[in-house]
Amino acid sequence: MDLDDALKTYIIESRELLEQMEDALLRIEQAQDDPEIINAIFRAAHTIKGSAGLFGLEYIVAFTHVAESVLDKVRSNELRIDPELVALLLESRDHIGTLVEHAAQGDEPDADSDRQGAGLIARLNTYLGNPTGETTAQGGMPVEHAPQIEREETHSVATDNWHISLRFGNDTLRNGMDPLSFVRYLNTFGRIIQIVTVVEAVPPLSQLDAESCHLGFEISFQTEADKATIEGAFEFVRDDCLVYIMPPHSKVAEYLDLIRDLPEEEMKLGEMLVKCGTLTRDELAKALQKQVEEQRPIGEVLLEDKIVRPEVVAAALDRQKQVKDSKSTESSLIRVDAEKLDQLINLIGELTIASAGTALVAQRAGISELQEAASTLSRLVEEVRDSALTLRMVQIGATFNRFQRVVRDVSKELGKDIELVISGAETELDKTVVEKIGDPLTHLVRNSMDHGIESAEVRIANGKPARGTLRLNAYHDSGSIVIEVGDDGGGLKKDKILQKAIERGLVAPDANLSDKEIFNLIFEAGFSTADTVSNLSGRGVGMDVVRRNINALRGSIDIESVQGQGTTMRIRLPLTLAIIDGFLVGVGSSSFVIPLDMVVECIELSDEDRRAGEERNYLSLRGQVLPYMRLRDTFDIRGDTVRRENVVVVQYGNARAGLVVDALQGEFQTVIKPMGRIFSHVNGIGGSTILGSGEVALILDVPRLVQLVSTQAEKSGLELA
Amino acid sequence: MAQQETSKIATAQFAIEGEMTIYRAAELKQVILPHIDHANVIEIDLSKVSEIDSSGLQLLIAAKLEASIRDKQLHFVGHSKPVLELLDLCDLGGFFGDQVVIFPHGTH
Repeated sequence: MDLDDALKTYIIESRELLEQMEDALLRIEQAQDDPEIINAIFRAAHTIKGSAGLFGLEYIVAFTHVAESVLDKVRSNELRIDPELVALLLESRDHIGTLVEHAAQGDEPDADSDRQGAGLIARLNTYLGNPTGETTAQGGMPVEHAPQIEREETHSVATDNWHISLRFGNDTLRNGMDPLSFVRYLNTFGRIIQIVTVVEAVPPLSQLDAESCHLGFEISFQTEADKATIEGAFEFVRDDCLVYIMPPHSKVAEYLDLIRDLPEEEMKLGEMLVKCGTLTRDELAKALQKQVEEQRPIGEVLLEDKIVRPEVVAAALDRQKQVKDSKSTESSLIRVDAEKLDQLINLIGELTIASAGTALVAQRAGISELQEAASTLSRLVEEVRDSALTLRMVQIGATFNRFQRVVRDVSKELGKDIELVISGAETELDKTVVEKIGDPLTHLVRNSMDHGIESAEVRIANGKPARGTLRLNAYHDSGSIVIEVGDDGGGLKKDKILQKAIERGLVAPDANLSDKEIFNLIFEAGFSTADTVSNLSGRGVGMDVVRRNINALRGSIDIESVQGQGTTMRIRLPLTLAIIDGFLVGVGSSSFVIPLDMVVECIELSDEDRRAGEERNYLSLRGQVLPYMRLRDTFDIRGDTVRRENVVVVQYGNARAGLVVDALQGEFQTVIKPMGRIFSHVNGIGGSTILGSGEVALILDVPRLVQLVSTQAEKSGLELA
Repeated sequence: MAQQETSKIATAQFAIEGEMTIYRAAELKQVILPHIDHANVIEIDLSKVSEIDSSGLQLLIAAKLEASIRDKQLHFVGHSKPVLELLDLCDLGGFFGDQVVIFPHGTH
């Protein structure tokens, strides 16, 4: 076993468990006393602790142990879950996370986290009912509860301690485990009263294989932990080791079986038990006598005497179920390196280009069989492309769920009661987009909570429920994914924003702005409503950075706000960053690609409109005003004009615009190649692609163009009015 | 590791230095065994043992056993802190019968 690899696995597992733990902790506030959830939290902590012990990560064991003890109390209904406890447990979870990260980096926790850990332990200890500081993490389990063991007073031994018999398998050392570390681990949740090292199996040096293990231990152990916990300590060696765990006050007969079961001579073993203080000499004598009297097979005795306690069975079943569960998900899921996926997508992008080229050549050659083959090829490539892209699609739910915690923490900080409502969690989008949208979303959420939602008093005064609602919603809309962050707060105050903008010289005092334009002012760099900045949304990324981040993803953001009723920020993002279905158009000798999802229809530019185009840049589309622009003019393309021009009607969000082009060349699958840095300021171009013929075509940045067209139209409209 | 033998054939004194862990268990066995073969009184200095695990403990036990079977004397001296802690953890101080600082019990 490579320990480094194992540690890596442990770290990954721990992170997952911590996530589950957080999730469960957040749910438990709503679903009080659901034993399933409490068990899940407990299990997570327990597993983290158990494996940490194996790796000798004492600082994780020590801290997690205390948290686990508290959870154990909750599990046994001695403690009730309340918001305060949940908050404390969340903090503890975070601290375990910090410790795990330390383990990941291979260093010890620093003074800061030590201090934090000590503080948390002190607070956790108050739940355990012992004064701060008296019980250190290393000490015994302070929980006071009677061990629930089936007892038979008459034949029980006197001792209050557990008895543990260990005989390690020959391969224990070779498997990378140190028997003594298990003994040390016992000390973390109890106290070893007496230990006898069983050396009888160790051969003399000349016959010793130094890498085989021949050691055993008889341990008298004092703990308040249950049998499952003790068994858990030996989970990793149980397969090839003999482990017997006797609860306090076990029956003499059980010790008899133990003595019979272990490899050493009976008398010798008996002596050990006496030495351990587990049995008194009298008890031993009685036991050995009893053994002579009855000659029953051991298994029978075990069953009859109910050595195995119900909770042990439950724990075993539980573990089996876990194994089963993880197996079933294992078989349906595989982890793939994201880099490999990226490489695959890249290759498929090249394949798409190549296949488009083949189709073009086939068409030119005019051989019908070749054309047919090429079109089959294109169809298959398209399918491969689609399924490859879905590989990168992930549900946005996981990202949304992270905000449960953010909302919870921030609302505590602000002293507001805010509920997070999530919908559309199953909406899928590209993994790279998900990764990059986290920060802007966080800022919007914080912003909404801080500035959007009013304090409870104000809300009540305005006839709203005291509890504010924050909505996160996602859905697909014409080739984009739309993510909404909505609140039912006071809405944006138009006049205040406008006033601020004028003060700062962002707009002229006499400018006549639409609602939308006013709202969009808050995304301007340097715009801040200084008097409302708090430590929450006043720091970190500003709204201008939010917009820049979203623009970098070829997305856009707009705001809908009704004063007194709330604000909705709507982020619109492309589904994927790599490949799009494009619509190829020609202007002069240049080719342009318009993302097909945004194309609504194509019409011919009538002579009448063309003539009128000298004066106005809008036309009438079935009675509706459609502003348009000539790509020939926009991009300053020379060359003869054609006799018949076409208008491609594109839509982005709610706005429509017409783009006048020379020729319509049809659908085309496009791999987006980013533009070089020096072109980053060119308006209206989103990227480039390579055509089958080897020529370069520019991909139009439709959102930007639509925006350009509509502002131009509005301006000329104003002039006309 | 340095081991010096004071050259009386009957007595062997040498020190084990560094780790006594599974990584070196096989090597250390080959170091200790020849001394038991050649001398009647063997004294092993443990003062420079920096780390010891179960395999190291097992070596000490096996060496002691080997010596006692062959009717020779084997002592460990100068137990370093890690060795003492280990013996204390396993409560094996008595087994070796060497002079060691006895830790009070209950400090596990």
